Amino acid sequence: MAFDYEKYIRPGKLPHIWCPGCGHGIVMKGLIRAIDTLGLEKNSTAIVSGIGCASRLPGYLDFCTLHTTHGRGMAFATGIKFARPELQVICVGGDGDGVAIGGNHFIHACRRNIDMTYLIMNNNIYGMTGGQFSPTTPMGARASTTPYGNPDPPFDIAKLAIGAGATFVARGTAYHASQIDKLLVEAIRHKGFSVVEILDSCPTTYGRRNKFRSAVEMMNNLKESTVSIKAAENMSPEQLQGKVITGLLYKENKPEYIAEYQKIIDDAQEIYR
Amino acid sequence: MSQRYELRFSGAGGQGLILAGIIMAEAAAIYDGKQALQSQSYGPEARGGASKSEVIISDDPIDYPKATAVDALLALTQEACDKYSGDLKEGAILLVDSDLVKKIPKGDFLLVGFPIINTAKNEVGRTIVANIVALGAMVALTGVVTKASVEKAVLSRVPEAFRELNLKALQIGFDKAMSARETSFTQMGEEFHLSR
Amino acid sequence: MAKKIALLQGNEACAYGALYAGCRFFAGYPITPSTEVAEVMARELPKLGGKFIQMEDEIGAMAAVIGASLTGMKTLTATSGPGFSLKQENIGYACITEVPCVIINVMRGGPSTGMPTGPSQSDVMQAKWGTHGDHPAICLVPASVQELFTETVRAFNLSEKYRTPVTVMPDEIVGHMRERIEFPEPGDLPVVNRAVPSVGPEEYLPYDTRFGDIPPLAAFGSGYRFHLTGLNKTADGFPTNKAEVVQREGERQLRKIEDNIDDIVLYEEYLLDDAEIAIVAFGSTARSARYAVNEARKAGIKAGLFRIITYWPFPDKQLAPLAARVKAIIVPEMNLGMTIHEVKRCAAGNSKVTGIFRVDGEPINPGQILDEIREAGK
Repeated sequence: MAFDYEKYIRPGKLPHIWCPGCGHGIVMKGLIRAIDTLGLEKNSTAIVSGIGCASRLPGYLDFCTLHTTHGRGMAFATGIKFARPELQVICVGGDGDGVAIGGNHFIHACRRNIDMTYLIMNNNIYGMTGGQFSPTTPMGARASTTPYGNPDPPFDIAKLAIGAGATFVARGTAYHASQIDKLLVEAIRHKGFSVVEILDSCPTTYGRRNKFRSAVEMMNNLKESTVSIKAAENMSPEQLQGKVITGLLYKENKPEYIAEYQKIIDDAQEIYR
Repeated sequence: MSQRYELRFSGAGGQGLILAGIIMAEAAAIYDGKQALQSQSYGPEARGGASKSEVIISDDPIDYPKATAVDALLALTQEACDKYSGDLKEGAILLVDSDLVKKIPKGDFLLVGFPIINTAKNEVGRTIVANIVALGAMVALTGVVTKASVEKAVLSRVPEAFRELNLKALQIGFDKAMSARETSFTQMGEEFHLSR
Repeated sequence: MAKKIALLQGNEACAYGALYAGCRFFAGYPITPSTEVAEVMARELPKLGGKFIQMEDEIGAMAAVIGASLTGMKTLTATSGPGFSLKQENIGYACITEVPCVIINVMRGGPSTGMPTGPSQSDVMQAKWGTHGDHPAICLVPASVQELFTETVRAFNLSEKYRTPVTVMPDEIVGHMRERIEFPEPGDLPVVNRAVPSVGPEEYLPYDTRFGDIPPLAAFGSGYRFHLTGLNKTADGFPTNKAEVVQREGERQLRKIEDNIDDIVLYEEYLLDDAEIAIVAFGSTARSARYAVNEARKAGIKAGLFRIITYWPFPDKQLAPLAARVKAIIVPEMNLGMTIHEVKRCAAGNSKVTGIFRVDGEPINPGQILDEIREAGK
C-alpha cells in the first residue's frame, strides 16, 4: 500500500506555495516519512520555522507549528524545547534564513547542544524575494543582486555546523529522496543537536539565471555533483574534486544542555530544600 | 531625626564603596527601622574612575533619591574629593584618606583625616577591608546609625570566614575616627581652614 | 508573622516580582544597567524548578521568551536601550501573534551605546512605536523599589489577561537604587493566569472571536494543535491577505486594550485638588517633583504632582480635565522632550505646558523643578 501522507497534512492547506520543480515538497515528504517511522505524536511534536520558501513547510503539517521571524526559528525553538523538554522539536528553514540572518542563532544552537533537529533546505538562493544571492551561492553564480557574478565565497553549512559543535551533522539531496527520511530518523533519534542539510534547487530564481535549462537538469546536477560518504572512501582526491559529500558526516555524544540544566535544578533544589 | 541626612562614599571604582553604602543603608532601614535609600553612580568600567555611593537616611519616606546637600562625605582619592565635594552642606563632615587626599576644598567643614587604606593594610591586615574601615569611621563621625546595627549589617553581608576581619576593620575605623576627630586640627595644619 | 523585609535593588525587586507572579522562564543577554535582573533569575529560577538561559543575543532572547510562553509558561526578559531596539521585531511578533510575555527595559542614555551607566527616560516612545506596524502597547513606569516589585507582578497579570507583551521601564536610577522593601506574602497581590480554551482541540482556533476580543491561547504540548505566524492571519492562525480580515483583526487588537483602559491605567495624584500648577512626571523624576512640590507648598505656591505609573496607554482621561483646571503644567523628563508632546495633546491648549529636559546623565533635581514652578506661578 502506498504511504499515506494525508494523515500528516493539515486539511485544506494545500496546494503549497512552492514552484513546479522546487525540491521542498520532496523534503517535506521525507520529513513526514521520518516522523511516521519514529511514531512521533502529533500533539507532542513542534515544528518551527523562520521566513522564506522552506519556512512555509510547518503550515502544511498537522502538528504544533510556529512560523516565526526571519532567521529566528532556532531561537524560538530553543525557548519551546527548554521550557517543555517532553516536546519533540524540529526546526526547518532555508539557507538564507539559517546561516545569513539566523547565522548567530545557528552556531550557538550547535554549540549549546539542545536535543532538537534543524532541517535546512539549501537551494543556494533567496527564492521568496526573487533570487538574491545567499551565503551558499557559489562564487561566480548569477543572482538578482550579483548581475556580474557572485564575488562572495560560500559557506559549507555542514562544516560550519561541525565547527560550531553540533553533535550530529548529515547532508542529503532532494534528488536522493529515499535517503532524506533515513537521515532525519537518525537525526531526530540522536540525543543532542542534529543538523540535516538537504541540497535543493530553485529552478525559478536560480536555474534560469545560471544556464540550467530545466528543473530536471537541476535535479541531475544534484545527483552528479554529490557523492556518498561511503563511495567517497574509495575515491582519489582527484576524483573527489568538485564533489559534495553526502550522508552522515559527523556524530559524537556530548552532554545535552537540558539534561545538564536539570542537574543544576536538582542541585539547587537539594541545597535550598 | 526627621530631616534627610545625606552621606556620600566616594573613591575609585573597585574600592568597595557601593558595598559600604549598602551596609550603611541596611543598618538604617532594617536594623534601626528608619527609611534609607542607597544609590550609586559609576563609569562604564568595573574598576578605576571616580565612583560614588550615596545613602539618604530619614524618618519620613524619601522622595528625591539623590543627594541635594551632603551632610557627610568620604573621599578615598583626590579625584573623588575634587569631583564630589561641591555640594557639601555648611558644617558637613569631610572624611579623607590623609595619605591620598592632600588638596582639601575650601569651606566650612569638619575635616577628619587618617590614612584609611594604610590602616586597613597595616593594622587590620588586608587592604581589601579599607571600605569597612571607612564605614566604621563614618558611623563614628555621623552617629546617624547605631554601631550595633552596622555590626549586624556587616555580619549579614560578609561570608562567615571574613566576619572577624570585617568586625575588626569596622572597630578600628570607628576608633581612629574618634581620635582623629580630636586631633585632626593640629595634624593637618593651617592650610585646611577648619572652623570647628 | 512579620513580613520579610530587605534592602533591595530595584532590578532585584523586579526579578522577585516576576517570580511572585509565577514566572518560571527567563531568557536574556547581558546589558547594563539591567543585568541584575538576569543575575537574580539565574540564581533563583533553578531553586523553583524554573529555567534560565543566557542567549546568544537580544533577538534570540526575545524569541526564546515567546517560544517558551507558547508552552504555557510565564516568561521574562530584561534589557536596556540598545537591546530593546534589537528586540523590537520579535516584540512585534508577540503583539501580532498575541503571545503574553514581559520585557524589562531599564532606561539608560542613548541613542546607540550612549551613556550605559547613566539614567534616562528616553525609551518611552520606543515602547509604543518601536516596532513597525500598528498595535497596542502596555508600558509601566515604576518609581520605587517596592513599586518595581508590584508593577512587575501587575505586568504579568496584564500580559496574561490581555494576551499581549507588556513592558516595564524603570529608569536607571530606579533600577539601581536600593530601598527597604516588604515582600508581599502569597495572596497579598492578585496573580492572573491566562485563559485556557473552553472548547476541545478539534474545535479550537487561536483567534476565535466567538470568545470575545481576547480569545484563549492554548499551550503547545497540552493536546491542542494549531499554527501561529507573524503574517496577518485569520481566526485559525493561518496567513491571509483578505483586506477586510486584516483590517478587522488590527482593530480588534487595538480594541482589546482601549476597551479596558480603566483596568490598565494606573496613576498617582499628589496635592492636586487645589493645585494651580501641576507637575506631570514618572520614575525617579517624579520623586524629584514630589520634593519640589513640597518645597513649593512651603513657599505658599499651590503645586501638585500627577505621577504616571501606566505610561501606555497614556492617561489621557485624567490629564485632559487636569489641564482644564490648572494654570500651568510642567513636564520634567530625562530626554529632550517626549512626554511633553503627549501632555500637550491631552491639554489641547487648555493650559500652558512647559518642559524640563536633561540628557546629561544627571537626574533632574528638585531645585530645577522648583525654579520652573516659581516661574510658572508668576
